[in-house]
Amino acid sequence: MRWRSMLLAAITLTLLSIFLVICSMKLPATEEKKFRPFPQLLYPQPKLLEQQRKDVLTLTPWLAPIVSEGTFNSELLNNAYRPLNLTIGVTAFAVGKYTRFVRRFLESAEEFFMQGFQVNYYIFTDDPEAIPHVPLRPGRNLSVIPIQGFSHWEEISMRRMESINKFIASRGHREVDYLYCLDIDMVFWNPWGAETLGDLVAAIHPGYFTVPRWQFPYERRPLSTAFVADGEGDFYYGGAVFGGRVERVYEFTGGCHMAILADKANGIMAAWQEESHLNRRFISHKPSKVLSPEYLWDDRKPQPPSLKLIRFSTLDKDSMNLKN
Amino acid sequence: MNSKTKDCLSKTYRDWLWVILVLAAFLGGYSTYFILEHHSSSPEPATQSVQHHEKPKIELQTVPQSVQHHEKPKIELQTASQRRIDVPLLTPWLAPIVWDGTFDEDILNEQFQGRNITIGVTIFAIKKYVIFLKLFLETAEKHFMVGYKVNYYVFTDRPNDVPKIPLQEGRKIITLVVQNYSRWQDISMHRMEMISNYCHQLFFKDVDYLVCLDVDMKFNDHVGVEMLSDLVGTLHPGFYGASRETFTYERRPKSQAYIPRGKGDYYYMGGFFGGKVQQVYKLTKACHEAMLIDKSNRIEAVWHDESHLNKYLFLHKPTKVLPPEYMWDKQLLGWPAFLRKMRMLAVPKNHAKIRNK
Repeated sequence: MRWRSMLLAAITLTLLSIFLVICSMKLPATEEKKFRPFPQLLYPQPKLLEQQRKDVLTLTPWLAPIVSEGTFNSELLNNAYRPLNLTIGVTAFAVGKYTRFVRRFLESAEEFFMQGFQVNYYIFTDDPEAIPHVPLRPGRNLSVIPIQGFSHWEEISMRRMESINKFIASRGHREVDYLYCLDIDMVFWNPWGAETLGDLVAAIHPGYFTVPRWQFPYERRPLSTAFVADGEGDFYYGGAVFGGRVERVYEFTGGCHMAILADKANGIMAAWQEESHLNRRFISHKPSKVLSPEYLWDDRKPQPPSLKLIRFSTLDKDSMNLKN
Repeated sequence: MNSKTKDCLSKTYRDWLWVILVLAAFLGGYSTYFILEHHSSSPEPATQSVQHHEKPKIELQTVPQSVQHHEKPKIELQTASQRRIDVPLLTPWLAPIVWDGTFDEDILNEQFQGRNITIGVTIFAIKKYVIFLKLFLETAEKHFMVGYKVNYYVFTDRPNDVPKIPLQEGRKIITLVVQNYSRWQDISMHRMEMISNYCHQLFFKDVDYLVCLDVDMKFNDHVGVEMLSDLVGTLHPGFYGASRETFTYERRPKSQAYIPRGKGDYYYMGGFFGGKVQQVYKLTKACHEAMLIDKSNRIEAVWHDESHLNKYLFLHKPTKVLPPEYMWDKQLLGWPAFLRKMRMLAVPKNHAKIRNK
């Protein structure tokens, strides 16, 4: 009987202790609220004794990162940028027959481009009626910007710099923080996120990243303002993808447009139209971030092992049929 | 009940009793410890949280004329002698880690020269620390931002002990007289306050970038514009390659500098940070305010201003990270393979003699 009463006493004591523990456990929760909220994101410690990608260049000699899969933590970056309430703008030109690419471009962008951010698409076209209605997620908008069509595709291509520059001055600077200028005849296949945000961003052309610079299709005629001499140049950048902070894109497109006008006055058109001018300008105004060919791929090319992921690529099409 | 059953029951009761008593003792002890821990802390003041969310800006890079240089960077694999494959070149948020061999000084100088920048350096030479000034300044003249405009801001309580050093063109020493504190920990921590105060008075108008350094160091090799960015932190040489669990972050939740286990990227050095004036202002102001909150809660972070710096750089990721080349201690750490250059070195000192004098 003695043992039984002692047992009962012990049980009571235990229950009391458990009760006290539970009570004291409530306190940390209320105290935590007084501290600043701690970011909940968990990720492994960045490694300092090894390199993430050893097979590709990940940094330019002027210390701009070259963005490829494995070099960044997208969750970390999205977490850092999303709370800033940024608006990302996208310009794309759908002139003449190129309106047929708008649907696929927008649908794939809705799936993969800057998820979780506010996005404004600006489709520049000479045929606003032909732009399809594509359902967009909340926080994402489409604006159709009417522009003049031209008979020659080269002319359309060359006018883009001017159009983007004028658009930023009139609307863009108020509506977006960052702006990407993309080709419309492309599709997103994989996530394109905050890792691409930077002051001035260029993308490496998929056709020339393994090639020595004397083989780059720079404009080689000294008469052109896009002229690049032998021994000059870092990478060959693609005209289909460039961007950055809206002020920087304004300066960049303005500079290219002036150079294009000067060429026009001299009766010369650069070898690859505005892509030549873009490349000339990126030598003297180096990008602060460079996107690997993952961000600008050509599906007709076989995918090399160094390319882990294709995020944005051309649609296979008969290009001769479409131009003119 | 018969006596045999009674005995059995007694035995069962006894066994269970011991189990429960042990459990009760454990729980009692645990809950007592737990309750004491929490009730001993005073309530938090209703001060606004010091957390900022700022864009990790990438620095502007513009060059007026065309650049010609020798080596074209190829995107595919280069030989190890041409570039570094033994160390990480980027943080997971794509900030460059500025290792020797990863940058071209000529290209960077071309980018910065046209911008007519002035770099400010803050150093604190309080009490006996004035003896470090001569070596610091002489070696800075040889290695630090050569060819650029530099303002050395010497914070001291002994202005007459600031040595007269011959300076290159475009460089000057500005002596700022400040109060001293009896404890070296207080001197260290008040640097944050002094730097943030002088931002409005001086730094915003006089300089573009600020570099905040410990004075008991000397320059040993080139330190140039490759290190400039919006917000720069330096990896502490003693923790390079160490697991984050061993980082001497502040681990007490009561402190504003608290970083829990399982979190944190790197352990940054309190004696070498910098960036654009606006960013350094935000950092120093936040750290100073955090230290004030801690003081009112009667807690001092384990490594003082360095703990708060680490907390800030965890929440506001730097846009460039400097490797231990930029802050090394040869006596303590030797010369490992990954270290190609020792750009800044600790000057050996007798802690007992120097501190609190």
